[in-house]
Amino acid sequence: MIGIEHYVVVSSILFVLGVLGIFLNRKNVIVILMAIELILLAVNINFVAFSAFLHDLTGQIFAMFVLTVAAGEAAIGLAILVIYFRGRGTIAVDDVNRMKG
Amino acid sequence: MDWSHSLRLIAPEELLSISGLVLLLVAAWAGDKASRTISVLCVAALVGAGVLVAPALCAGAMGPDTVAFSGQFRADAFASFAKLLIYGAAAASLMVAPAFFERVGAMRAEYPLLILFAALGGGIMVSATDLLTLYIGLELNSLASYVLAAFLRSDERSAEAGLKYFVLGALASGILLFGMSLTYGFTGTTAFAGISAALDGGLTMGATFGIVFVLAGLAFKIAAVPFHMWTPDVYEGSPTPVTTFFATAPKVAALALTMRVALDAFGGQDGAWRQIVVFAALASIVVGALGAIGQRNIKRLMAYSSINNVGFILIGLACATAEGASAMLVYLAIYVAMTLGGFVAILMLRDAEGQPVEAIADLAGLSRTRPMLAAGLAMVMFSLAGIPPLFGFWGKFVVFQAAVQAGLVPLAAIGIAASVIGAFYYLKIVKVMYFDEPADKVAGGSDWAHRFLLLATSLFISPLGYLLTKWLGSLADAAAAALFVAV
Repeated sequence: MIGIEHYVVVSSILFVLGVLGIFLNRKNVIVILMAIELILLAVNINFVAFSAFLHDLTGQIFAMFVLTVAAGEAAIGLAILVIYFRGRGTIAVDDVNRMKG
Repeated sequence: MDWSHSLRLIAPEELLSISGLVLLLVAAWAGDKASRTISVLCVAALVGAGVLVAPALCAGAMGPDTVAFSGQFRADAFASFAKLLIYGAAAASLMVAPAFFERVGAMRAEYPLLILFAALGGGIMVSATDLLTLYIGLELNSLASYVLAAFLRSDERSAEAGLKYFVLGALASGILLFGMSLTYGFTGTTAFAGISAALDGGLTMGATFGIVFVLAGLAFKIAAVPFHMWTPDVYEGSPTPVTTFFATAPKVAALALTMRVALDAFGGQDGAWRQIVVFAALASIVVGALGAIGQRNIKRLMAYSSINNVGFILIGLACATAEGASAMLVYLAIYVAMTLGGFVAILMLRDAEGQPVEAIADLAGLSRTRPMLAAGLAMVMFSLAGIPPLFGFWGKFVVFQAAVQAGLVPLAAIGIAASVIGAFYYLKIVKVMYFDEPADKVAGGSDWAHRFLLLATSLFISPLGYLLTKWLGSLADAAAAALFVAV
């Protein structure tokens, strides 16, 4: 029988993978965008699982809002990345270092 | 609970969103030629929203009458206080912008609109009494801010600031959301009142994780240590009018939101979060003060200064009392005035070709070439350091007073000691301006809007500001009282 704790464990693993993906990744900014999506999907699993567990619709409505905002966020992230690439000709994470201190 | 009552309560938000959408169409139609007109209309919309918000603050609105949409949103005195600061700061960042952007040929019609939407999001944040409203307001504010940071498309530093702000801001939203999902799962509701009632029945492990994740996500937004690392880069790289905005309006919104979440939703369990807030407060004060010492860029220095100030404001939150909340609001109002004054002075620093001067070494001898500007900047620095005749001292004083009243004497003592470290780098700028050999770097006249704003903020933070203490204190008390009224 799959209970609520299984869902929470899966979503926690996905969340940690997403956070590690942002911090350990040394290659490409696109990978960071994917890691952010992973975090938001982990959150959605939580919301939907809790919603079903509690017999309460709020969680599923919340998940819809998160999906919508995540789409907008990805669009803005990619737009900023395009501007960045035009100026610098690279999107490697190690090159994002014009400012230090 | 009827709709017309709810719609009346969100009148400022309606005004801002409708004028924002209409002006967006105008911007699409008329192009960048109309950007000045659109700026003026956006300032008018913000002033109008301020007028709609003010009565709730003056009347000290609180209780069930201020609740809109079945507990999703609350338009009480507390929200009004924060909204007035947010709208004021947004209007100021609109007024200083044309002179800056027109010089580099980048004044676009989207700038005032993005500021308007960010201010609208900030207003929704401070009124939110449900995790869903909180999230929508926060994202409206953040998404507009990411674009604003990268607004100067031709400047590599601006694009990099936008990228860094986006990645870390999205991570912060993710952490916040994960905390909200845990809070929802273990309390069974997303409304602050319901969360508070559920937590009164005892704190489960999952709910504790939820509180910690929510506070960590909010700490990112207010740039409190240990989640502050994006601040210096974003403040340095963003165009200066945008930095002016970042340092004021979103900061007020995020701090007021943190207050409402901590004192309302998690208010019954202050034992669970007080240690976190105390740690963040002290770490922010110390890191802000030490980090600023080696800086050569004045915008970077102001970023560390804002981290330092957030630490002092969080001392008020650690009290978890109405006095503490009132002291935070007073400090916030003074902080906004000081920061606006500081950044307007930085905007006025230009060399003979009209290029912005940002290196601290180039300020040498400013007192001889631009005495009024140097005096204004010196006053901001003394005020940020909290030196008594100036109004910045009052903010620190009320916060420490609230901490002592709440029995947090060690916290107050360490805070006062650490504020002395902070005084060092503020005074260093004054020393460079007044006692070093002139570098003759800063030249030229300034825009009238800059002069006016610098004069207004200087008057507010001058000793004349003490005439306002009683008035400001009573408004902040009314706002803080509204925060503690259960509905």
